[in-house]
Amino acid sequence: MSWSRFFRRKNEDVDLREEMQSFLAEEIAENVARGLAPEEAERRARIKLGNPQRLRETLWQQNTFSLFEKLGRDLKYALRTLVRTPGFSLIAVAVMALCISAATSLFTIVHSVLMKPLPFRDADRLVVIHEHFRGAWANTPDFNYNPVAPADFFDWRAKTHGFEDMAIMRYAGYNLTGERGELPEAVSAAAGSWNMFQLLGVQPALGRAFIEPEDQHGSTVVLLTWSVFQRRFAGDAKIVGRPIHLDGRPFTVVGVLPSWFKYPDARIQLWVPYKADAEPKFLQRHDSHLNLVVARVRPGVSLASAIAQVSTLQYQLHLQYPHVAEDALARSLTEDLAGNVTKPLHIMLSAVGCMLLIGCLNVANLLVARGAARQKEVAIRSALGAQRATLIREQLMESVLICGAGGLSGILLSVFATRWLAHAWKGLPTAQSIHMDGAVIAFACALMCAAALAAGLLPALSATGKGVMNPLQTSARTGASSISRTGMRKSLLTVEIGITVVLLIAAGLLLKSFLRLRSANVGCVTENTLTLKYSLPKNKYDAPEKVNAFNEALLQRVRSMPGIRAAALGNILPAAGYWGDDVFTVKEHPPLNPDEDRPDALTRWADPGYFGALGIPFLSGRSFTRDERVARSYKVIVSHRLVQQYFPAGDNPILKHLRVPTHAHDGAPNDIDYEIVGVVDDTVYQVGKEPKAVMYFPLFEGVTSNNIQMLAVRTTSDPLQFSLLVQRQIAALDPELPVSDVLTMDQVIGESLGNQKLSATLVLAFAILSLLLASVGIYGVLSYLMAQRTTELGIRIALGARREQVLKLMLLDGLRPVIRGLLLGLVIGAIATRVFTSTLSILYGTKPLDPAVFGAVVLTLLLVAVLACLTPAWRASRLDPIQAIRVE
Amino acid sequence: MIRESSDAEMLKGTLDMMILRTLLAGDAHGHTIAKIIERTSEDFLEVEQGSLYPALHRLEDRGWVSSVWGTSENNRKVKFYRLTPAGRKQLAREANRWRRMIRAIGLVMGEGVVREGGMG
Repeated sequence: MSWSRFFRRKNEDVDLREEMQSFLAEEIAENVARGLAPEEAERRARIKLGNPQRLRETLWQQNTFSLFEKLGRDLKYALRTLVRTPGFSLIAVAVMALCISAATSLFTIVHSVLMKPLPFRDADRLVVIHEHFRGAWANTPDFNYNPVAPADFFDWRAKTHGFEDMAIMRYAGYNLTGERGELPEAVSAAAGSWNMFQLLGVQPALGRAFIEPEDQHGSTVVLLTWSVFQRRFAGDAKIVGRPIHLDGRPFTVVGVLPSWFKYPDARIQLWVPYKADAEPKFLQRHDSHLNLVVARVRPGVSLASAIAQVSTLQYQLHLQYPHVAEDALARSLTEDLAGNVTKPLHIMLSAVGCMLLIGCLNVANLLVARGAARQKEVAIRSALGAQRATLIREQLMESVLICGAGGLSGILLSVFATRWLAHAWKGLPTAQSIHMDGAVIAFACALMCAAALAAGLLPALSATGKGVMNPLQTSARTGASSISRTGMRKSLLTVEIGITVVLLIAAGLLLKSFLRLRSANVGCVTENTLTLKYSLPKNKYDAPEKVNAFNEALLQRVRSMPGIRAAALGNILPAAGYWGDDVFTVKEHPPLNPDEDRPDALTRWADPGYFGALGIPFLSGRSFTRDERVARSYKVIVSHRLVQQYFPAGDNPILKHLRVPTHAHDGAPNDIDYEIVGVVDDTVYQVGKEPKAVMYFPLFEGVTSNNIQMLAVRTTSDPLQFSLLVQRQIAALDPELPVSDVLTMDQVIGESLGNQKLSATLVLAFAILSLLLASVGIYGVLSYLMAQRTTELGIRIALGARREQVLKLMLLDGLRPVIRGLLLGLVIGAIATRVFTSTLSILYGTKPLDPAVFGAVVLTLLLVAVLACLTPAWRASRLDPIQAIRVE
Repeated sequence: MIRESSDAEMLKGTLDMMILRTLLAGDAHGHTIAKIIERTSEDFLEVEQGSLYPALHRLEDRGWVSSVWGTSENNRKVKFYRLTPAGRKQLAREANRWRRMIRAIGLVMGEGVVREGGMG
């Protein structure tokens, strides 16, 4: 037989009939020619030919794949069964669609972010090298992998041989101004060593990459990324070779990077050579940790030996210079990018897995119930000789159909869900584009098949098992055979509830942690506060006096605006991020604990009105004064935590001195003793993190490079109303100065909690959905149980059982698997959350065995279960005994 | 289907071979093929439609014969079957195998039997 015949069976049959017709005619003609009467001739011909119907059937069969035919029949049958109960089918399909779409979307993200290699040449040999301190504080998850100091990198590159090449980059920012009066724009940029693109194996889409002589101080060449090329330069290839203006200086565009190139993230708009804007002094620093180092392992060399060589060199550097990390660590590019999102991804993936399992169990449970209705049919058929495999295949077909339909709609749904998730999830690495591909579709299909098998096989096996003939032996519908089936449903329900409880616990913990985070004290005023950021270009504001003049003028203008209560100006506001830290020593006394890590604190610059405006209270001392500026400004204000950590108890820090060997920011004076003039209360650098020791330096000390300023304005009413007014004040002072990140303080905090909120909300959504599914399951099982026991209950009532006794009987019967599932879930949940929190440290201010959360979960589940049980139990207690007994 | 015993299986193989052999003389439609086999076997073999058409379909699926609609000598629309080059090779193979089989069976059964029932 052949495929062409299989699909053309109908036409083949028509052909065959025609052929037989002419065969018959020939035979008749021959017989007539032999001298027979026409009737006799036809009769004989027909006798000779035999039964034409049989021939047609034979050929039809010959042209058919029998398996296909049988499957087709099963399919048709299952389809009809499903269509007969559209409510059930729709619910089941919707459940599967939701579960599969959630799983597929998350898998798409996991696949794109964690599994797919980056689109670089031999990406598996590329690693990111970090510095690593041996001190205890450095081994917390956030500080394990330290950025690299430039001088360390240059030593590594020159003196080790395990890597084919190493390249370095750091983040930078420029004011991009137009030649023809276009709006100025603050753009994120990267400064990368000339060999970066060669190392990654990236060819610019237009022009060329940097060459070695261009990677030097004062170099003015720039590479555009595709997005800025399209957005700002309208995709005009003529821009290559032309100058653009960065911070007011002309830079020549040498090339445009391809559209897919979004490493290390999509915010970067342009690249300049690494040394272009770096002071020679900066390049010699061993303690300025703000660089990313990418390296390619030499073929034939193991990563372990290559990195061991770098580590050995690093230890020598550590011995030579103070404050330099002891070791070097490497991890793959993908891992490096994924960093912070790995944890939540794993949690959500587990949650989705649980939900999928619950979905399967639910469908399985519903199918078991349906199987019950067909018990007799199955029994009769197997008595007549139907093979078990055939019966199983038939029953599986329904779950295959449900999961198939659910899976297909789930995949469609997940196209949108993935897009939404990738958009809503801040900080998801964007270097790899997140989209569905063959692997994801294959995964979804595999999931679909697995779900179909999981949901269908259990009911099918149990329905066709050993006791298959039993229904024939009992006359009653409520025969003994249904006990095992009821048991099956109850155990399915127990597992389902168990998993639901685990999900509920996880969701409860995440939610509580999120709520705790949101209400966490930032340490300063947050309501009615508007913040914005600007950056004074170095070439225009090249002297401390110019910077100070602008800042003071702005503060003066803003503070005199109606509706403004106060304004604070500094480089970093509370909760705005980590940014930079510096090491220091206390001049007046040796380190408290010689073994301890050297003192280290966040570095901030603040104007004299900063603390008052932000409501950060002084514990002792005073704020800066307006004339503590430029050369007379060697004053510092420290945070409470710094005093606690680095001063002996009872020691008054005021008028003591902090010696800061090197400032993280270029242009700040080094190796100077700063006199402590005040101690302020702690603020957090990021919501959810412990406050860290902070040193505040006077803003008017006049740091001229890296001049990012953040302005916070406290207003009397809705702060966003003031955003344009404040921006207008800036434009009045310098029309070329772009302003960015105009946000209220609440938005800044909300933004930094966005991901926690997202994961808490998603897991909660999964948990609620699972709860809903479980309650449907409880309701289904109890209704089924009641139907099974109608006669028995009728007899009970007829014999005088009271309604409330029947109600209680049924309720208890329904609640028993619930209680069992609840206990199971609590145990698994306690273990799972403990494992999760100890390995992932994701909860804030919430213990893994939080009694409030566990209590709430137990109460919620019991409430829902009782509600789900109540209807069938109530119906059972209202049974009319005469009706009930007559049912048989 | 059920009636097909092992005898019939063997016959099926030989029917295919005989059809191919018949077509060696030229294209023919179903009725002619049946008639030729009957005549040449001196009416010993009777070919039923029930086995002829399945055999023809089988041969066509394997690419040993091709078919085309045409008109018979009596002006009826009939399907003509034609031996393909592959069919020709298959016929040679089958005939060869058949001869060896007959000879072997003949040797086992004794010389005389072969002469009686052997091929012409």
